Amino acid sequence: MLNATTAEVIPSRVKRQSELAAVARRLSKNPSAIIGFVVAVFLVLIAIFAPLIAPYPYDKQDLMNSRKPPSPQHIFGTDELGRDVFSRVIWGSRFSLTVGVLAVLLGSGVGVIFGALAGYFGGLIDDLVMRLMDILQSIPDILLAITISVALGPGFFNTLLALSVGGIPMACRLMRAGILGIRKQEYLEAATAINASTLRIIIRHVLPNAFAPVLVSATMMIGHIILGAAMLSFIGLGVQPPTPEWGSMIAGGRSLIRSCPWMVTFPGIFIMLAVLALNMFGDGLRDALDPKLKK
Amino acid sequence: MALTNSAFLSVRDLVVEYTAEDQVIHAVNGVSFDLERGKTLGLVGETGAGKTSIAKAIMRILPDPPARIRSGEIYLDGEDLLKLSEKEMRKIRGRKVSMIFQDPMTALNPIMKVGAQISEVIRLHNKVTGREARERTVLMLERVGIPGDRADDYPHQFSGGMKQRVVIAMALACNPELLIADEPTTALDVTIQAQVLEMINKLKSDFNTSMIMISHNLGVVAEVCDDLAVVYAGEIVELGSKEAVFDRPAHPYTRGLFGAVPKLYDDRERLSPILGLPPDPSNLPQGCHFSPRCPYATDPCRNDKIPLREIEPGHFSRCIQVIRPEG
Amino acid sequence: MPTLLEVRNLKKYFETPRGMLHAVDDVSFSIEKGKTLGIVGESGCGKSTLGRVIIHLLDSTGGSIYFEGEDITNPSPRKLRKLREDMQIIFQDPYSSLNPRMTVEQTIMEPLVISGRFSKKERQREAERLMAMVGIDQRLRLSYPHELDGGRRQRVGIARALALNPKFIFCDEPVSALDVSISAQVLNLLQDLQDQFGLTYMFVTHDLSVVRHISDDICVMYLGQIVEKSPTKELFALPLHPYTQALISAVPTIDIHRKKERIILQGEVTSPINPKPGCRFARRCIHECKKCHEPQHLEEVLPNHYVACCRVRELNSL
Repeated sequence: MLNATTAEVIPSRVKRQSELAAVARRLSKNPSAIIGFVVAVFLVLIAIFAPLIAPYPYDKQDLMNSRKPPSPQHIFGTDELGRDVFSRVIWGSRFSLTVGVLAVLLGSGVGVIFGALAGYFGGLIDDLVMRLMDILQSIPDILLAITISVALGPGFFNTLLALSVGGIPMACRLMRAGILGIRKQEYLEAATAINASTLRIIIRHVLPNAFAPVLVSATMMIGHIILGAAMLSFIGLGVQPPTPEWGSMIAGGRSLIRSCPWMVTFPGIFIMLAVLALNMFGDGLRDALDPKLKK
Repeated sequence: MALTNSAFLSVRDLVVEYTAEDQVIHAVNGVSFDLERGKTLGLVGETGAGKTSIAKAIMRILPDPPARIRSGEIYLDGEDLLKLSEKEMRKIRGRKVSMIFQDPMTALNPIMKVGAQISEVIRLHNKVTGREARERTVLMLERVGIPGDRADDYPHQFSGGMKQRVVIAMALACNPELLIADEPTTALDVTIQAQVLEMINKLKSDFNTSMIMISHNLGVVAEVCDDLAVVYAGEIVELGSKEAVFDRPAHPYTRGLFGAVPKLYDDRERLSPILGLPPDPSNLPQGCHFSPRCPYATDPCRNDKIPLREIEPGHFSRCIQVIRPEG
Repeated sequence: MPTLLEVRNLKKYFETPRGMLHAVDDVSFSIEKGKTLGIVGESGCGKSTLGRVIIHLLDSTGGSIYFEGEDITNPSPRKLRKLREDMQIIFQDPYSSLNPRMTVEQTIMEPLVISGRFSKKERQREAERLMAMVGIDQRLRLSYPHELDGGRRQRVGIARALALNPKFIFCDEPVSALDVSISAQVLNLLQDLQDQFGLTYMFVTHDLSVVRHISDDICVMYLGQIVEKSPTKELFALPLHPYTQALISAVPTIDIHRKKERIILQGEVTSPINPKPGCRFARRCIHECKKCHEPQHLEEVLPNHYVACCRVRELNSL
């Protein structure tokens, strides 16, 4: 019947990778992405298992043993109140990573919604949203975070809000650009032709295809937020003592930096590790998500 | 045509590979052909056959990596282009050999006036004053049917057909001896295509330029070419004069192409498509690359490397079957 | 054969900063059930816009559309949902007409999912049946578009269009982006499907050889208007409008022994924005005269053969 037209010569490898598998494969070929991923996972595990790893409670003071350099009992030394720096760094990872991830989720989530509306509907909605983003972006995000933090006061949740606002414009613009990039794709017309509702088109066809740049940007932003949280604590906003947070630990050890460098160095190393790892992974993710056209 | 050593352009056993991730893509697999002065050779084949890779190899503009000219020789007027340094090659590109690409939209710099782009090419290869270059530019534009006063316009002010004519003017500005045109009219409307092809024909005969015309469109090739090379999976499968190949196509792929094309003056009910798909260039079949799709394939076809055979003077086919012409 | 689709004085204008763009201007034709109407013209002639207006991907600016005798120019949302099942589209670009993140099976099943009338099992069975019908191996069910070549992607698009048993399909240059050998396969497939299911096609293309092969009747469009309309064989045997004559003569032929009189058109296509009245082809026409600048109309010059040219009779001794 119709077989003469088909005459299938199936290629020997019927490649049936899902897109996820293809991305994972490409990532696995990228050494710096792997390193970044491994370090990031390592830090996450530390955060999760903090109660088991930390030898001391993070707020246990031991004034007899304050300002001691690294030793077998305190591998990262002690701070000015005799607290074990190692335990505080370990526990600090919880706060830093949680703040980083949640702030990014919140900021990107809000940004994506605005960007999707602006990109898909265009016209007046687009103009309004973009002007709003212009206003937000005109303020350097650290200043923005500081301002909001001062306005809302200290505390975990307020710090989270303060840090997430800075991430909204970027996610919005990326999402909008992604949508504009696929606006002319015929599969959107095809979806209309088969009676798909606007909602279905946005959720099933537009979002998944415009989302990749947002994902990359979000990954890299976690590191940025962690730095931001550290900066807020450093100037006395954000998370309050005795909560261990890498930034506040650096702030606390600032005056003793000559005599007790370990108080500042170890939290600093961990901040650097987290930011580097996430940036390396984010870079690799960007390359892996880029559809490579061989022909 | 014969594979002699006295031709203007002589390509011998050209092999080009692309390395991507973990695979090697065999884009060009031992291609040889000659081109005489003033003649036009058509390179015909479908997407991925390797025609553009051949052209870019001659111009030595293949991106390296991922492409690599593995082996072969390309003699232009007696000189092996593959042995020249990049500096020497720069003197040849645009001057002795010029190339026109398929997409006129992207071939021109959008922020430069078209006259300036043409003058740039002229001044790169000739010691002339600004004014002399400008004069020559205006002359070239009028030669391709564009009023000289448009030299100060930007590319976006021209239509697709006119842009392509500007590109052709740029390519011919230094009066090259060899012009390589890669699907120059594919992106153009049929009536504009007719204009551009006619113009190319006229310019060719005015300047006695040799030309390689790459196309997947047999009709375009018929309009412009003297000789024809049919390319499949990186190899030339048929080579000969236009008359020989059009009137007596010998290779099953060539015949398949003719059978698959709907013709303007033909009343067949159904087309005869070539069954199956072109092969994966990273995983070519052993033996004849076309054998999986060939209705005449036998075991020797599938297992042995098939050489080009001269089936009549000047007409070659890479096939060991003798196929009776259709009655 | 009854008329399935009829279009009367259809217009589609777009507002642009430089003026009103007359993309489709006063187009009328009808297609009988089971037949193929070819719409041929070069870029900017409005053929793609015409198709999209007919299947309601775009709103019309004026005129009317009749489907199975009923006026569907401005359908209610409910009527539109039903209409969309009857009137489908096959796109030109196999690379952008499929969602890169949906498998072959998901793409083909989506119309069924949206219609809400099929259970999961029924949908899968239908998808299987459709894939077999268009010649896609079942093993490719879970493949993504980037793993398939252009020809297979087009087949997926065709299967998707067939999912809800349409009566009419607007084929928007479905083989223009495909290689010669693959496009022949797809053209044969389209013809087989038409024979098997009695489908009616409106086939838009710029390729004269293709339109000749597949159409029963042809409309030649230029800058939003139909300039000539006739059964296929007759159009090629006796093209009457100067534009049609130029178009046919411009096609490069592979018959190398055929002596050809090439009509080379001068100049470029004029703008469809705020067009002046009269024949839009006049400025490029070698037969231009004063009368050409008055409004032209399609006239039946020979039985079933319509031409919009004031000089057609005199130029062709009719």
